[in-house]
Formats: sequence, C-alpha cells, structure tokens
Amino acid sequence: MSRLRAADENLALVRAQLSLIPAATVIAGSLLCLVPLIAQAPLMPPIALMIFLAWRFLRPEIWPIWAGLPFGLFDDLMSGNPIGSGMLLWTAILLALDFAENRAMWRDYWIDWLLATGALTSYIMGAMVLNALTGGGWIFWPLLPQIAATILLFPLALRLCARLDRRRLML
Amino acid sequence: MASQGSKRPGFSRRARFGLFAGYVVAITGALVGAGLIIIAIFDPQGFASIRGAVSTVTAPVSASGRGAVQSGGRIDDYIANWWNAGRQNAELRAELDIARRQLIEARATELENRRLRQLVNLIEGESEIIVTARLVNSSLTSARRTATLFAGRNQGVRSGQPVSAADGLVGRIIDSGSSASRVLLLTDRSNIVPVRLTRDGTPAFTTGRGDGQVEVRALEAGRSPFEEGDVLITSGTGGIYPPNVPVAVIIEVFGDSALATPLANPASLDFAIVQPAYEPIVEEDDDPIGNGSAGETATPGFSETP
Repeated sequence: MSRLRAADENLALVRAQLSLIPAATVIAGSLLCLVPLIAQAPLMPPIALMIFLAWRFLRPEIWPIWAGLPFGLFDDLMSGNPIGSGMLLWTAILLALDFAENRAMWRDYWIDWLLATGALTSYIMGAMVLNALTGGGWIFWPLLPQIAATILLFPLALRLCARLDRRRLML
Repeated sequence: MASQGSKRPGFSRRARFGLFAGYVVAITGALVGAGLIIIAIFDPQGFASIRGAVSTVTAPVSASGRGAVQSGGRIDDYIANWWNAGRQNAELRAELDIARRQLIEARATELENRRLRQLVNLIEGESEIIVTARLVNSSLTSARRTATLFAGRNQGVRSGQPVSAADGLVGRIIDSGSSASRVLLLTDRSNIVPVRLTRDGTPAFTTGRGDGQVEVRALEAGRSPFEEGDVLITSGTGGIYPPNVPVAVIIEVFGDSALATPLANPASLDFAIVQPAYEPIVEEDDDPIGNGSAGETATPGFSETP
C-alpha cells in the first residue's frame, strides 16, 4: 500500500513537472536569442511569441489572460527590445485573440494561421515602432524577410507544441 | 469546428471574480509596460543598469559557444577557396605586384610625413586601448542592431566609448554591466558617424540602415562627391569616434547619397578593441567659451541619445 502511494506521489510529481512544459518552451524560445551569432539584420523570428501563440491556439485556456506580462518581460530582457514593449504587445495580442474568439463563428487551421499572421506581424511592426520611439530608428524593408520567415515557420511551431502536448498528456 | 468562445465562468461567483481579476491584472500590467516605454522615451539610458546586469548574466552562456560557431562558419570559405585556387592565384599575383609598388611609394610618403611632423613638433595622438574583448552575441530578433561585448565596467568599459576592430570601426558602447556591455553597431538606424572620404577629405556622415549596410550623405548640398569604391574613415568631428579609423567602402551611389558596406564584419571578427571616447582638442585662445564646450565634449556618449 505504501509503495502504491509512493508511486502515486511520484506520478503526481512527474505530472507537475510536465505541466511546466508550455512555460518552459516559451522561456527556451526567449533564450534562443543568446545563440552566439552576430546578425547584421533582424533575421530570427520572434520564436518565444510564436511558441506562446501556438500553445494558445492548441489549448485556448492554457494561458491566463495576464500570461503575456511575465513572458513578455523576460523576452524583452533577452531580445534587446525596450523593456515593457513585450508586456504591452503580448498582452494586447492575448486580449485581441480573446475578443476575436468570442466574435468568431468558426475556427479551423487556416483561420488560426491567419490570426497568428496578424498577431506576429503586428508584434514585429509594433516592436519596431517602440524601438524607434525609444532612441532607435524607423526601418521597414529589413523587417520583411523576418516577417515572411515568421509566417512560414508558424505551422512548425504549432507542430512542435502539438507533439510536446501529446507527450505531456500521455503520462 | 465551431468556435467555442472563451471560457464561460457559469454561475460560480468565485470563478467569475477570478476571470474579472485576470483582465484587471492584464490591463494594468500592459499599462505598466506602456509606462516603462514612456520612461524610456524621455530617458533612453534609464534602464541601462538593468540591461547591463542582464548582459553580464547572459554573456558567459553565449561566449562558450562562440568559438565553435566561428570555426564552423568558415567551412564554406575553405571549399570556395579550394575550388577557385588557380584563378585566385593569378589574381593575387597581379595584386601583389601592384601592392609592392604602392608599398614603396607609401614608405617614401611615411618618411616624408615623419620629417614634416618633427618640423611642426606635432605630438602623435597615441590611441590607448582600454580592453580587447570578444563580441559574443547580438540582437537577433529586434529591429535594433546591438551586440554584446564580453567586457564591462570591471575592465574599464563605459558607455560612449568607441569599439573597433583591426578592419575598421564596429560601433560604440551604449550600456555596460560589471563584466559585459552592449555595443551599438554601425548598422543600427540611430548610429550616426561623422566620416570623410580618403580620396579628397570631403566630410560626410553615415547612418545605419538596419540591414548590414550604411547610408552615406555629404554635409554639403550639391553635386555628389561619392564614387564607387571610395573608402570612408572617421573624421573625429563631434567626439566619441577617434579620427582616421576605417569605416566603410562605398558600393553604390544614388544621387547625393550613397550605399556603403562596413569594412569590419562583426560576424567574422575575433576580437574588438575598446578605446576611450575621443575628445577633440579645443583651441586655447578663447578660454571661457573653450572651457564650456570642453565640458560638453567630455561626455559625448551621455548627452547624446543612442
């Protein structure tokens, strides 16, 4: 009996650890900014936000509505965007998705992708505007390759999260 | 699939309150974020200490992988060199012949230069080096172009100091933590560098474009002084950047502006050198005014928005 209970507790612990997977993947996405490369143009898509949104589309109830605040702040510290921009933009995106979901009659894969495209594009442009306001400069053309890469890579992020989600729920 | 809408709390008062509190927290937090940005608009250096601390923590992580990435990045170069060996050999021989001739001319000029300097008793501006360090990572997703230098306040690095490499200018320090600091690269949109042409000394300035190249504009309006292949060096005007550091080479001319590629490629460079912020020498005959402007130029990195 005691052994059974121990196994039960062990399982509970593993479950608790697995429930951290979504948050851990978003933080890992932010940490990818530390890759030791010196880029001459903004090349890397905002991977943390892509993973964050992928979880949001897979499991709409997974993030509390304020989840953009801590993750956005951490991403600001890693990515070099002005501190506060992630808090503002990530939360705005979550609120907008919440609003859109209450209005929408229908949702499927393509509508999700379209919503993600809108959210990610507005994030990249919004971060550029906030950068420009806080001492940077206005740029537009160098952002286009990044936006294109972000849109095309989003389904991959969705796949990755779906696979991790299955792993998380199998146990 | 029909849309489910967001979570309906049902009749539970507690669940409804929890949902409402979530929205309150989210909107308050977003407003706090906006407040932080407004602070940054009025004081772009306000969060420099936080930034410095973060880069101090993260730089060792990136530094450990930097060596591997650099040696890996050269594989394509090796293959290309192997493939083009014969043609390259002939080209290099021709280039060497020209270079040898020019070297002799340069030696003669140098000799003459030294003699003239002795004549006017000019003290050569010794450019001291604060620290030599590695660039370990950069802003990959952000629209700003910054890189992290693995040296900070403990090594004497301060905001406003110019960073260069053997090939040319890299940028300047914008904030420094205790053992790492951030460098605003030449290609950032907000980095303006006063330069002149090596050919005839025409003053100009470069502005980053955010895509790895810089835009060059002449200070005087009128006919474009630029030609393809012109080399730009810093002029030292306005302080911060010391004079005569190579900056970029012009690759395309449009009307009165031109497009140039920086000579130092931060992606492939091993070490960067930090130098003290340059202070232009103030003439001594107008003392009271001279003192005032000297006070201003002493801290050019702090008074200017990055």
